[in-house]
Amino acid sequence: MTDATTSSLPSATPVSGKGSLMQQDARTRKRNAAETRFKAYGIAAITIGMLMLLVLVYNIVSRGTGAFQQTFVTLEVALPAEKLDKNGTRNLDDIKKVSTFGYTPLLRDAFEAKVADKSIETELSGKEMAGILSAGAAAQLRDFVLADPTVIGSTVAFEFLASSRVDGYLKSRVSRDSIANDKNISAEQLDFVDQLTASGAIEKRFNLAFITGADSSDARPEAAGMGVSMMGSLFMMLVVLALALPIGVAASIYLEEFAPKNWLTDIIEVNISNLAAVPSIVFGILGLAVFINYMHLPTSAPLVGGLVLTLMTLPTIIISTRASLKAVPPSIRDAALGVGASKMQSVFHHVLPLAAPGILTGTIIGLAQALGETAPLLLIGMVGFIASNPPDSIASGLLDPNSAMPAQIYEWAKRADPAFYERAWGGIIILLLFLVTMNTIAVILRRRFERRW
Amino acid sequence: MSFVKLTTSALAIAAVSATTAAARDQVQVAGSSTVLPYASIVAEAFGENFDFPTPVVESGGSSAGLKRFCEGVGENTIDIANASRAIKDSEIAVCAENGVTDIIEVRIGYDGIVFASDINGNSFEFTPTDWYKALSAEVVVDGEIVANPYTTWDQVNPEFPAQPIQAFVPGTKHGTREVFEDKVILAGCEATGDFEAFKAANGDDKKAAEKACIGLRTDGKSVDIDGDYTETLARIESNKDGIGVFGLAFYENNTNKLQVATMSGITPSTESIATGEYPVSRPLFFYVKKAHIGVIPGLKEFAEFFVADEIAGPDGPLSEYGLVADPKLEDTQSAVADEAVLGGNS
Repeated sequence: MTDATTSSLPSATPVSGKGSLMQQDARTRKRNAAETRFKAYGIAAITIGMLMLLVLVYNIVSRGTGAFQQTFVTLEVALPAEKLDKNGTRNLDDIKKVSTFGYTPLLRDAFEAKVADKSIETELSGKEMAGILSAGAAAQLRDFVLADPTVIGSTVAFEFLASSRVDGYLKSRVSRDSIANDKNISAEQLDFVDQLTASGAIEKRFNLAFITGADSSDARPEAAGMGVSMMGSLFMMLVVLALALPIGVAASIYLEEFAPKNWLTDIIEVNISNLAAVPSIVFGILGLAVFINYMHLPTSAPLVGGLVLTLMTLPTIIISTRASLKAVPPSIRDAALGVGASKMQSVFHHVLPLAAPGILTGTIIGLAQALGETAPLLLIGMVGFIASNPPDSIASGLLDPNSAMPAQIYEWAKRADPAFYERAWGGIIILLLFLVTMNTIAVILRRRFERRW
Repeated sequence: MSFVKLTTSALAIAAVSATTAAARDQVQVAGSSTVLPYASIVAEAFGENFDFPTPVVESGGSSAGLKRFCEGVGENTIDIANASRAIKDSEIAVCAENGVTDIIEVRIGYDGIVFASDINGNSFEFTPTDWYKALSAEVVVDGEIVANPYTTWDQVNPEFPAQPIQAFVPGTKHGTREVFEDKVILAGCEATGDFEAFKAANGDDKKAAEKACIGLRTDGKSVDIDGDYTETLARIESNKDGIGVFGLAFYENNTNKLQVATMSGITPSTESIATGEYPVSRPLFFYVKKAHIGVIPGLKEFAEFFVADEIAGPDGPLSEYGLVADPKLEDTQSAVADEAVLGGNS
């Protein structure tokens, strides 16, 4: 090195052997280059990560947004008394005897009347025309009549959901080519849909029922919604919060502040860390054996789901709580003890409040983890066709069969009708929104309340 | 500590409500994923038309459903098991061991099993022989039993294109698998005369020969799908040479992605299955625990509603979805009304 500098710089400036700050020597350049390279690696890593995230989000959003829109058909339906209430007494029990199948002909008549009225030319029969409606339309009529029997005899304008094929046609998921072999819908029916759309009787708009509604059977994907499974998830999270937070915090405070450090607490600590790594399906098996088969709690109930997820979340909460308790400097404890506080007073008056933001962050992250969990729910009967009505009380919310958001998505993803596939992606959007909200709250809590020493 | 109070009261509420909820008030169903769509359609209509809550329907496969069904009698066991095959004697024995003695068998209709491949690929006209030769673990070539040597379809049948053999068949926990083995592979085995060869090789043991026939190759040409038909469809979408085994209803919902192959010259449809022309079809069942009737509200009403004309009849929603209506539905209806049990005197 010195040879090089002396030879390159002749007599003009005396050389100290250290070189100029302005001119980097080869070694500095090499170190700087290494740093630049490392930065480039880091940026590349982040870019790859962000690209994957972008692809994922793009996929989810582009496939899922369709689920938030739905096609509706406006139709004036006559509710003749001679079909719906033969005795004419308007007795609710008599009206109930007419099943949804008794209401189906009314829809056919309504379409025939509409075609005559609007002078739409079509060769379709009434049954084929009614085929563009959701299979749930008759049930909608029946519920309307049962809610207010005095409407019998009048003609009422209804908004029905269109069948999933028609809905897919308006969302360009279904085309005349793709239905060539489809026996559920014909090209003539699509022509009819075009005519109705032109006359304003069919329109596509935002569908609140997807967010608030219940699951529906394979015959009517257009009516399926996330609402009830969202309630199921909510009640499970309440159970997890009510159990995992106090148990987890109590356990960590005892372990961290009071317990003697010996082999027993070491074993407990190792086991808690182990528990955090146990696959969640194991907790499902445990839940089935203990809560359902031994304790006889009801199957498919969010209470059981919540208990299982509590087991899963506990280690996360204990570990994060212990970490945030550890982060509180000993000087705070010493100061409290020094002015005469008892051990418990020092913990509850000084250490715990300072550790609270960390504990809350850990809890929220644990809850977010539990919210996205499907595997343990499979075994306790929360995955399946569970179209219960929204729970009307806390007890029914905890004990009536219900699903959970991720379970509902899984269920939709494996159904035959492609329209359910779209809803599964839509469900993922809703679930992601929940997770993002929870994690943002966790970050904000940490930023605003965390103290550093 | 209001915190502690809150927790204890929450625990107390949970405990109290758990004990008050001793009586389950909705019907619990589990089993075959083939029957699941039908059961959920009926469950939904049942919830709409009756004052009972909508039954809960889970899937998991026929065998898994019957296993849960046979776990015992009581509110923490399921009331109805869906199955895409008849219950086996061994399962009835397990049931009896666990105290599940009176079982009502209800046949809801027939379902076709179809062979479908990617819509843009080659079309096939299969016979059971083709499937046996393509998928069996061992076949007879020139009078000798050898491990299956065929790798492309044209080796199996010269009329087929030279497409690599890649089949996605239902896993063993599915009832569909048994029908596939029985009505396609075994039928093909018998038709080629290989059955006799296997019988001779196994010392005239018919059971062993059957077993040799239906043993599928494990070299990756035949892939067991343990999930649902959506998984089979996804595998075909990613491997255009793949041919999958589906239920008729699933195919009819995905006609824009799949083309169906004929079997012995017959195109599968609800009509050709109803007339019995299409050979690969099977009855679908559900099994009801008689001990639960009267305990679980709505159980009998649900079973009767399931086989009512307006539901399971030729014009009902189940037919619309792809079920082939049972011509003897009336007998089933009266059997359900009488609560006739399996092997019973009634």
